[in-house]
Amino acid sequence: MHVSRQQPRTLKHRLWVAFLVVPPIVFMSLFVVYPILSAFAYAFYDWQGLARGEFVGLKNFREVLFGATMAPVVWNAFLHNVYALIALMIIQNGGGFLLAWLLYKEPFGFRFHRIAIFVPVVLSTIIVGFLWKLFLNPNFGIINQALYSLGLDSWARPWLGDSSTALGALILANAWHFVGFPALVYLAGMQRIPPEVIEAARLDGTNEWQLLKTIVWPLVAPSTTILFTLLFIGAFNWFEIPYVMAGLDGSPFGSTDVLGLVFYRTAFGNQSASIQNFGMGSALATLLFLFIVVFASMLTLWLRRREIQF
Amino acid sequence: MTAVTSDTPATRQAVPFVLLAQVILIANSFIMLYPVVVMVLSGFKTTGEIFEHPFALPDFTQVGNFAKVLGETAMPVYFVNSVLVTGTSILLILVLGTMAGYAVARYESRTNTFILLFFLAGLMLPLKLAVIPLFILLRDLGLLDSRWSLIVTYTAIGLPSTVFIMAGFLRTLPAELEDAARIDGASEPRIMWSVMLPLARPPMAIAAIQNAVPIWNDFFFPLVFIQTDARKTLPQGLTTFMGEYTTDWGMLFAGLTIAAAPITLLYIALSRQFIQGMTAGAVK
Repeated sequence: MHVSRQQPRTLKHRLWVAFLVVPPIVFMSLFVVYPILSAFAYAFYDWQGLARGEFVGLKNFREVLFGATMAPVVWNAFLHNVYALIALMIIQNGGGFLLAWLLYKEPFGFRFHRIAIFVPVVLSTIIVGFLWKLFLNPNFGIINQALYSLGLDSWARPWLGDSSTALGALILANAWHFVGFPALVYLAGMQRIPPEVIEAARLDGTNEWQLLKTIVWPLVAPSTTILFTLLFIGAFNWFEIPYVMAGLDGSPFGSTDVLGLVFYRTAFGNQSASIQNFGMGSALATLLFLFIVVFASMLTLWLRRREIQF
Repeated sequence: MTAVTSDTPATRQAVPFVLLAQVILIANSFIMLYPVVVMVLSGFKTTGEIFEHPFALPDFTQVGNFAKVLGETAMPVYFVNSVLVTGTSILLILVLGTMAGYAVARYESRTNTFILLFFLAGLMLPLKLAVIPLFILLRDLGLLDSRWSLIVTYTAIGLPSTVFIMAGFLRTLPAELEDAARIDGASEPRIMWSVMLPLARPPMAIAAIQNAVPIWNDFFFPLVFIQTDARKTLPQGLTTFMGEYTTDWGMLFAGLTIAAAPITLLYIALSRQFIQGMTAGAVK
């Protein structure tokens, strides 16, 4: 092949290549690989604050999954992560797909709409969280104000203070923040479909719905694979929006509690109580880690199978 | 791409459908932009005005809230910290990522696949979950509660995707370029620096943008690592700020506007590069 691929392996050459690869690998080993491996090990020890105590085997895991104090909190939070995943799959990724299809037709104002869809994506989650918290304020927020001015007084409520609406409000804020991402990834996927395929289908008299179902959706499968996997990882790592909008305790009454909040509380302490439990925190992180890795891999493999090469 | 308006049979569509699509897109753009507009407008209002006329246009000469946020709060300090942390992280990510990507792409060796897989693993694993050992490691290194704690963490998170972008691009450059330089007697470092890297600016820009937005916006790691107010970054500082002014909504909205302004304005100016950079990993 090329001359460059058959370089004489002189000492000088080897040193040069080592100079290129060793620093990045050392960096990754120290700050990614070592912490991740340690996280597993830490879960098997008892901790007194920042000091590692004795080896306790699976005690921390038992406590997290079945213990009287931790388990109800953990399972309640896990359920909320699952709700968020399903709701975001429909609203955020499904909405993104439909918006992409509308944009794909390059209607009037295409550029403007494409920029507008992506504006919230570049904002910090913290800004988005605070913004919607102010908008949802029961007395002065614009959401209730708008409902009053439309005469829909009975619809107005303390959205974040009501345990039946709080989680839904957080999910909608998240969807508002991120819907632009799947929209533009799907748009890029659609633009790679050979135009002849769509034209041929239209000539055959395929209607809009059939076209989407039988041609566009299967052909953007690679985009779906990556978007669903990212959403899965994101939904089980969910932390910022609940933290800012509902608080560290997942108020009201734990109705917005998610695993990210439970993990942070367990590991780095409740602001009021100031307790740190690194052992239990590590056990929770390890379980979540394994859960994400196993299910995200299965999801990816399953979604890959339906991808078509063209 | 063909436009909808062109009159070939394949692209001609029913008029009601085109109208519906247009209505949905306009409604969506309104939903995406209106909250941002309200945020900016409310920054020009007093708290009383926000409560009484939430939808009214303000008198834009009232810049008191903005002056107060910039002059009397710690927001400028948070801003400088964010610039320092993001800038240094991006620099480190580009230097280390280009080094590894270059070695993998341009020098054949038995360990290439292993190195690439090593970085691929880092791409899939959420480092957020390894924050406890990272916390202890940074404490042992004496980096806790310093900007460096964030810089090394962000560099570690950003490296894998950058190695992939750089390796993927550098692989496409023709070997003849290298060979010609080699025949002229150029050393390997010289070939990398003067021949190959000048060609690699576009993927570097993509990698920089792809990493800059999440680093600039990150909240989790500062929350865990930084205690001292003078070292907080913008998203973390914002929580302090919002906690202090809970009842002064004019100030709150002005603060949010100032925090959102730099990246939003940059995005509007460079939207194409931003979209390309942030969706690069998923589109490839």
